Order: sequence, then C-alpha cells, then structure tokens
Amino acid sequence: MNWRKSLIKFSLVFSFIFLFAEKSFSTEPTKFIQTLVDEASKILVNNSSKEDKINKLKSIATKSVDIRGIGLYTLGSHRKNLTENQKKEYNELFREYFLKSFSSRLSDYTDPKINVISQEKLSEKYTIVSSILIATTKTPEVKIDWRVYTKNPEKPLIRDLIIEGLSLARTQKEEFNSVIQSNDGDINSLFLNLRNFINN
Amino acid sequence: MRKITLILFISIMFFNAPVSAGTDGEISLSKKNQPEKVKDCFEKLNRGIFAFNQALDDAIFEPLARGYRHIPSPIRSGASNVLNNLSNLVTIPNNLLQGNLGNAGVNGARFVLNSTVGVLGIFDPAAALGFEKRDKEDYGQTLGRWGMGPGCYLVLPILGPSTARDAVGSAASLLGGDPWYNVTVRNDTQYFNEADYYFSRITNGVDFRAKNIESFENLEENSIDFYASIRSLYLQDRQLKILNSEKITDTMDDSDWEEIETN
Repeated sequence: MNWRKSLIKFSLVFSFIFLFAEKSFSTEPTKFIQTLVDEASKILVNNSSKEDKINKLKSIATKSVDIRGIGLYTLGSHRKNLTENQKKEYNELFREYFLKSFSSRLSDYTDPKINVISQEKLSEKYTIVSSILIATTKTPEVKIDWRVYTKNPEKPLIRDLIIEGLSLARTQKEEFNSVIQSNDGDINSLFLNLRNFINN
Repeated sequence: MRKITLILFISIMFFNAPVSAGTDGEISLSKKNQPEKVKDCFEKLNRGIFAFNQALDDAIFEPLARGYRHIPSPIRSGASNVLNNLSNLVTIPNNLLQGNLGNAGVNGARFVLNSTVGVLGIFDPAAALGFEKRDKEDYGQTLGRWGMGPGCYLVLPILGPSTARDAVGSAASLLGGDPWYNVTVRNDTQYFNEADYYFSRITNGVDFRAKNIESFENLEENSIDFYASIRSLYLQDRQLKILNSEKITDTMDDSDWEEIETN
C-alpha cells in the first residue's frame, strides 16, 4: 500500500502547480517558489467564483511554468520525428490540455501552506527547490520538490513537480508514450486523445 | 524458511544478476529499476485486470470507503495505527535481510513497545522514547536491493500493480515470511484465526481508500491513459523505495531534460 500513499500525495499536490500569482517573482529559485506559493494561498482564500479563480490561475500559470518545455519533454523520443506542422499543432494542443487538466482540480483546495526549505543547483540550467506542504488535520505532510529551469536566470520557470519522489513530468511522459505505442507509434492518436480531453 | 530461501534463489536465477552494494551498485540499482525500462509484457491482460479491479472498486471498495468515513476519526486513526504496527512483522525480517541491523532494532523495539504499552499499536509510545518510525520494507524491496531486476510489470486481481519480482516477494510473505499470516492462516493457534488476517487486510485497503477518494477521482479525470499513469507512479515509487534514498535526484534521468531548450 505504500506506493499508493505516495500516489495520493502526488495527486494531492498536483494541483498546486497552478497556484501562482500575477506579480513579478524573485529570480532566486527558492524565493521564486516561496513567492509563488504564498501568492497561491492568497488566491485560494479569495471569495471570487470558481470560474474567476480558474481563469486567473490559468493566466498566472502561463507566466510561471514552462509549458512548452514540459510538452517537449513529455513527448520523449517521439518529438524527433515530428514535422514542423505537427510540432506546432502539438504545442497548441498540449498547452490547452495542460491548462485544463490542472485548473479542474483547483476548487477543492483552500489555503495551502508550503514552506521552502532548500535548493540544490544541478547545473547552469536546473535547480531543484525543496519544500514541505504543511500537514493539516485532514492531509499529511508532503515533500514537494520543484525543478526550476534557470537557463535565463532573470526568468526562472517551473518544469516539473516531484511529489514524495514521484515526478509529474515523468508520469505524463510515460502516459503519452503509452498512448502512442498502443496505436502503433502513430502520433496522431495522441493528438486525438488530447483533443478529446480538451473538448470534453 | 527453506521454501523462502529456495524461492529467492530460483528467482535470482531467473531475473537479473545481483549487483554489489557500492556506489556503482547504487547506480546500477537505479538504472535497473527505471520505470521506462520495465517491460509491460502482458499489457492486454494487465489492462483487462486493471479494468476488472476498477469495476470492483466502483462496486465494492469505494462505497465501503465512503461508509468507513462515517466512523469517528479517533477510531479510524487507531485502526490505522494497529495495522501499521502489524506491518513491522514484515519490515523487521526485511531490515535484517538487507543488512540494516539498526532499523531492525528500532522497528523491533517499536513493535514490542507499541504492542504492549501502546495497546496493540493503537498508540505510539515508542516514538516518545526516541524510537522514531522508519520506512516499511517488504520482500520485493529486499530482492531489488539484492540486485534482482523487476521483470515484467503485472497487474494482480484485487491487489493491483506489481512486477514479477514484487509478486515473488508477496509469495514469500505467504510462504512463511509474514509472521502475522503464519499465526492467523497457516497455523492453527488458539488466539487468532483466518478471519483476523483477512479482516486486517480488507480494513487496510478500505482505510487507505477512504483517505484518498477525491485524489483518485482527480487523477482519473485528468489522465488520458489512467492505466499508464498508475503504472508509472507505481514503478517510480518502487525505484525510490529500493534505493532507500531521500535524495530525489538519485532516481532522475536528466538526459532528456538537457535537450529541451525553450529560452
């Protein structure tokens, strides 16, 4: 059952990737993340409608998350076989898919408290920021690590969330690969699935 | 015990060769257990069993879990603690098999203290005495630790995701490796019977399900291939547990990220 606990923690925190403010953020990775999560709490305790929150958070996410980078990563080796037109189509579909898939989870969360603990610089391009989602009476403490893309140090972007050691981007990558492999390597099958998800 | 030894020996022969426990061994363990390298040899069958498990969950476990939530919280917490305490009976031998005598000692002390002073594990006086809770271990993790590869990915009826190696580990529990199973099902003791074992297992499943109803719903609603998502999460988690690592970068493969340039 242990893996399931991690799965749930993973799912629980999954949503918080959206919870970022429209203000300008610090360029230091730890401060960047702390500012985001602090702003997230403010948004969630606000009394605005669910639709308003979702729209606001969608626009925030586009500024703080490297959606295009995550999209390319999740394609894995398949991205090398795409034509320019397919790349363009995929980028558009993934963006829509990404924003919709996370925004649907938001309304259940109120006032998450996340404390940033430390950071580890992996390379010039990546820093891992470690944080803790504080336990409540209903939810356990959860360890969250953020992969921050720092190639442009003035504009850090989030590329992955790793919740209790489980990577969101990696899971998505294996999910997409499974869809493509199940359809004899046809990338259009993935496009179709993404389109269906967006339109439903 | 002879049966377990035999199974472990045969299993090692049929899976991958063991690795040494040095730094190179850790890297090898990590690579061997990478989710993308685990083959889903019986995917059609696995997907069928997965669908069956989901139907079973919809019909039985989820409704049970929703009902379970109406039980007062202190009772549910107590039940959860008792079940966690029982899991030490599998963790301790695996601590020993992995050569981790320190954790075996701590878990042993926790089990004795919590089973007695802690009233069958409902309370945790051991933590107050400095015996902090340690991670659970099972025979699948021990086999992985010894260098056995995961083999094919499997979905087991009712039990859910597994691998060939982890299934062998589960079998080892049933063939004498789980003292709780031994005193309830395998041996006729005057204190426990089969019903106690199955009740504990079902309660464990329902307790877990009750804690996570909304999370599962969210994950399912937002996946385009729920089966593949579960498979990935299970395999990532096993990789992490076999490495016994707190450092998340130990299980990451950054090569694919390095190619992604967007600004």
